[in-house]
Amino acid sequence: MTVSLVFLALLMMGFGFWLFRQSLFVQPWVAESAGQLPALTVSRRFTAPRLGLVVFMAVVTSLFALMISAYLMRMAEAPQWELLPQPNLLWVNTGILLIGSLALQSAWEGARREHRGRLQGGLAVGALCTLAFLVGQYLVWRELLAAGYYLDTHPASAFFVIMSVLHALHLIGGLGVVALCLQRVARRTSLAQLVEWTGLCTLYWHFLYVVWLVLFGVLFVGAAPLYALCR
Amino acid sequence: MAIAIALIVLAVGSVAFYLFSPWHLTPLASNWEAIDLTVSISFWVTGFVFVAVTLFMVIALIRFRYRGDRRSYYEPENKKLEAWLTGVTTVGIVALLAPGLFVWGSFVSVPEDAHEVEVVGQQWHWSFRFPGEDGTLGAARSGLVDDDNPFGIDPEDPRGQDDVLVESPRVMLPVDRPVKMSLRSKDVIHNFKVAPFRTKMDVVPGQTSYFWFTPTQTGEFEAVCAELCGIAHFAMRGKVEVVEQATFDEWLAEQPTFAELAGRSPGDPEAGAEQFAVCVTCHGGQGQGQLENNAPRLAGLDSDYLKRQLRNFRTGARGESEADPFGQQMRPFAVSLTDAQAIRDLAAFIETLPVEPTRKTIVGDAQRGARLYRTCASCHGAEGQGMPQFKAPRLAGMNDWYLVRQLQNFREGVRGRHPDDLYGNQMVDMAQILVDDAALRDVTAYIATLDGNSTVAAADGQSTEE
Amino acid sequence: MGEREYDASYQAPPAETGEMELVHAETFIGKYIWSQDAKVIAIQYMLTATAIGLVALALSIVMRLQLGFPDTFSLIDPAEYLQSVSMHGMIMVVYLLTAFFLGGFGNYLIPLMCGTRDMVFPYLNMLSFWFYLVSVLILAAGFFVPGGSTGAGWTLYPPQSISEGTPGVDGGIITMLVSLMVFIAGFTMGGLNYVVTVLQARTRGMTLMRLPLTIWGIFMATVMALLAFPALFVACLMLLFDRLLGTSFFMPEMLGVTQDVAREGGSPVLFQHLFWFFGHPEVYIVALPAFGIVSDLIATHARKNIFGYRMMVWALILIGVLSFVVWAHHMFVSGMNPYFGFLFATTTLIIAVPTAIKVYNWVLTLWRGNIRFTLPMLFAIGFLFTFLNGGLSGLFLGNVTVDVPLSDTYFVVGHFHMVMAVAPILVIFGAIYHWYPKITGRMLNVPLGQIHFWVTFLGTYLIYYPMHFIGLEGVPRRYYAYGETTFISDSVQSLNAFITIAAIVVALAQLLFLFNIVWSYYRGREAGDNPWHATTLEWQTAETPPPHGNFGKELPVVYRWPYDYCVPGVKADFIPQNVPPQAVERDS
Repeated sequence: MTVSLVFLALLMMGFGFWLFRQSLFVQPWVAESAGQLPALTVSRRFTAPRLGLVVFMAVVTSLFALMISAYLMRMAEAPQWELLPQPNLLWVNTGILLIGSLALQSAWEGARREHRGRLQGGLAVGALCTLAFLVGQYLVWRELLAAGYYLDTHPASAFFVIMSVLHALHLIGGLGVVALCLQRVARRTSLAQLVEWTGLCTLYWHFLYVVWLVLFGVLFVGAAPLYALCR
Repeated sequence: MAIAIALIVLAVGSVAFYLFSPWHLTPLASNWEAIDLTVSISFWVTGFVFVAVTLFMVIALIRFRYRGDRRSYYEPENKKLEAWLTGVTTVGIVALLAPGLFVWGSFVSVPEDAHEVEVVGQQWHWSFRFPGEDGTLGAARSGLVDDDNPFGIDPEDPRGQDDVLVESPRVMLPVDRPVKMSLRSKDVIHNFKVAPFRTKMDVVPGQTSYFWFTPTQTGEFEAVCAELCGIAHFAMRGKVEVVEQATFDEWLAEQPTFAELAGRSPGDPEAGAEQFAVCVTCHGGQGQGQLENNAPRLAGLDSDYLKRQLRNFRTGARGESEADPFGQQMRPFAVSLTDAQAIRDLAAFIETLPVEPTRKTIVGDAQRGARLYRTCASCHGAEGQGMPQFKAPRLAGMNDWYLVRQLQNFREGVRGRHPDDLYGNQMVDMAQILVDDAALRDVTAYIATLDGNSTVAAADGQSTEE
Repeated sequence: MGEREYDASYQAPPAETGEMELVHAETFIGKYIWSQDAKVIAIQYMLTATAIGLVALALSIVMRLQLGFPDTFSLIDPAEYLQSVSMHGMIMVVYLLTAFFLGGFGNYLIPLMCGTRDMVFPYLNMLSFWFYLVSVLILAAGFFVPGGSTGAGWTLYPPQSISEGTPGVDGGIITMLVSLMVFIAGFTMGGLNYVVTVLQARTRGMTLMRLPLTIWGIFMATVMALLAFPALFVACLMLLFDRLLGTSFFMPEMLGVTQDVAREGGSPVLFQHLFWFFGHPEVYIVALPAFGIVSDLIATHARKNIFGYRMMVWALILIGVLSFVVWAHHMFVSGMNPYFGFLFATTTLIIAVPTAIKVYNWVLTLWRGNIRFTLPMLFAIGFLFTFLNGGLSGLFLGNVTVDVPLSDTYFVVGHFHMVMAVAPILVIFGAIYHWYPKITGRMLNVPLGQIHFWVTFLGTYLIYYPMHFIGLEGVPRRYYAYGETTFISDSVQSLNAFITIAAIVVALAQLLFLFNIVWSYYRGREAGDNPWHATTLEWQTAETPPPHGNFGKELPVVYRWPYDYCVPGVKADFIPQNVPPQAVERDS
């Protein structure tokens, strides 16, 4: 549970600190002095969708941190643990998802510069790369199963499947929003509206890319040293 | 106002209940006075806070109840008061925590001179293992468990050969000697608890856990399972008998070691056939059972069950009660079987007898019985085929009049109450499900419809043969 | 803004406070079924939670009949007993309490009390309810699948929960796990709404430190729930894999007979860590909204400002943060590394300090107040007393050594029912008596409410207080019957019979409450806009019940904290939050 604890401790400490700072020197019982109009409480930097996404990313981080905690604990307590081979396809997938992430970044730039073609192209490439990544992940599962790394006999394989399925579901959810954006672009709505949405998609994709890198790291690249560490 | 009075009555009543109610910690029978002390400290500290806060609230409610001509006092906060309260609370918390942690320190450190006993939990009974002469337990795991190796001891491990096995939920411990209970489960999570010893711990499959204590009172104590482990959780009982060292040594020497059990020759059906001649008179030539003699069917019962019942009859754990006249009849026959090998041979022979359909003599509502039988099925099998792993004999094809009588006996405690009837105890608890005689007939009527030939039964049969 | 000349009649222009587009539906279905109005969603949540809660209540009566009169009734067999235990627990904790506080009161009160027209993502909010409804339906389907619902206890510990020998291993456990996962997905949608609305959509002048404590409680609870529910989600998903695909996340090597697949190496304790990593914060997810609401009930009905508002807020934050590092106190005797006991006992007892401060501050709020014994106030006092008792018995169980003889006994059952069942439920009742006039425009009938209060408060105390002592004697929980256990005295059976009778009486009183709800909806006294003379914004709406959009043309502007009761020098005994300083009438 150390991983989850560290994550949550940092998060809650940051959050708690922010709340304390907001409240420490305030005397709540003092009313607004006469003649003063109370201040706005809504900051313009964090619009509701942006804040919503940030909170959602915290929830997703908590989910994956717990998943990784479970993985490490299970690894530490297992009588034996067979490491997974590392299919080369995984590197290809990682590259493809990176391209998808960068494509969305470019789409966002396009939206900000009112460049409709760049926006549309970026979104489409991003979506296609993500689909390709999902297919690639499916091929990796197949490859591992074909090599005899069954779910019921190889906990490492089971962890890979369960984590990559969760990750894939989050990408698929994101694809829904990208599809919505593409539809809006096609409908020729004003680009200004889309700046925020594509920006959020970009942020979400970068986030999920980092999540994937971490998963890739703990499940494959760093699995052997982690195993040694757990023992 | 009424609420203020109610709070006073409740607070005073609560304290009085603590002081005067008959329900309190059971008399301590181990070295853990310290645990009882921490419980008492907790009661006094929390009791004081409980009464103080309630009284303060009551005074506030009475003094400051609504009056039209009064306004409440405006006081947003009072830093000094809040700091004081925080400080006092912290002191109270430390007063509770410090003794707790101190005692926990001795809870987790087992004394050097403690002897080890392994408690093995299984759905739904206990068994025990002592380390033997070498003082260490051999390696064991659930995957190695089979009919000949009920503890799953690794046969390759030399340390396990001299392990003393107590395959019954009844164990003896020497008084005034610290004991480390190592806990292991064959299936799900259990918890070995003996209330007067105070300590307990979960028994978790795939790992071992432990706790230690020193029994200080001789006598018999009941062990229960304290972690939900399935349908018969409430019937998972055991006995711990605390005795003088000499009695303990004597008892332990009688128990078989792993090597002895493994070296025991299996029952020989042909030799058993000769022994069976005596049984024929009452139980019939094919062991089919005869109502006129009140002798039940034997064919179909597994050898484990047969051996256990013969031993029960021999030792008087069964058939001693006046209320069980037919059981009493069986006793002299069992007593005449003195040789353990003879009993094994006989049981092996009876296992070879064919199971033929029995005549129905009881009328009951099989449909209602089917619902009642769901509980029975968890040990005796969905088809009544019996499951030796659960110490549950076959029911399908047995004489219905015999089943009814035995269920009555269990329900009324005529059978199964004897401390040596190891698994009969469990049936006493389970038989309470059948609240009246109609229920008893119904479930028997349903059992009469079973053929005992589920696929599970076939699989079991194979594994027994291997 | 500073340069603008002040004018008493000036109201902030709507655009500046982030006016939102609302989907106003015209049809009946659009208004009441597929509604995006947080208030309608709140009522949908409340009704659904009540419906499934009544099922759980009925289950508890069935269990009590078995325990109280084991030889008289043969209503249920051991399997059904365990199934009732499990479903009762899970429904009450997750589908009733969590849903009622956050989905019900959260939805109703957050927009109104923060001074906004609706939640920031109304569509997501609607989805949240429908996910919840689906999860309840899946849960209820568990009763009807072959083999019935799961009987693994609400804690669902593997290997037991997915092994033969436990009821509901065929279908019940699957519906339970799927239902929980759907619930969590739905809750996350709602939770995002509550958090972002509180952080982002408060009206002009509503600073964080001017939020009513109700909102603080709901807000902190939601933050915790968003971070803790993933643990349950992960645990459920992995358990589902173990059950359906034969993986061994939690399943160790087991005896062959009860298993159809070979398992190896899984860790049952890992599940417990994940479960309680959710499970302990869950206690506070239910408690914090109750803390918040009860603070407002006490302040309003004692006509006094809440004592030590800042301390109350900090205590909420501290409890929220600390509750993530105490989970293993549920596992002192679980076979985990026993040295963890030192750490978790310490953190657990530390959390008692902020909790105690809250209790002191409630009681000190009563001191020198002007206490009206209205129904909400009665329930609030009932909560204080019950929570005090339940909180103190928690000090036994959190203190590792004391926990050893008491864990898995009726002491635990008594403790958590006091602190987590009765105390929050009393707050829910108090809150309903308090806000019903705003929700429907009519008052609830007082004599009926009085009977309801006295029977519920006294009855539940008589049920749960003696249970602690049965537990002290060592009586294990989750037992279908006790037979003749040597260390249990015979008198325990008569006490059990008494508890059962008390439980039946309390359950019947709840029917009276339901009748009151329905009857008053048609016949209750007209309430007016602000029957309690309360200060918070929901009482200052132009119409009662408030329409979609909550406030009239313009959103209220907040000038003061929500506890301006009996301010010295002011004529009225309360000043609503949206009254500008100029408009306050002073004593001459």
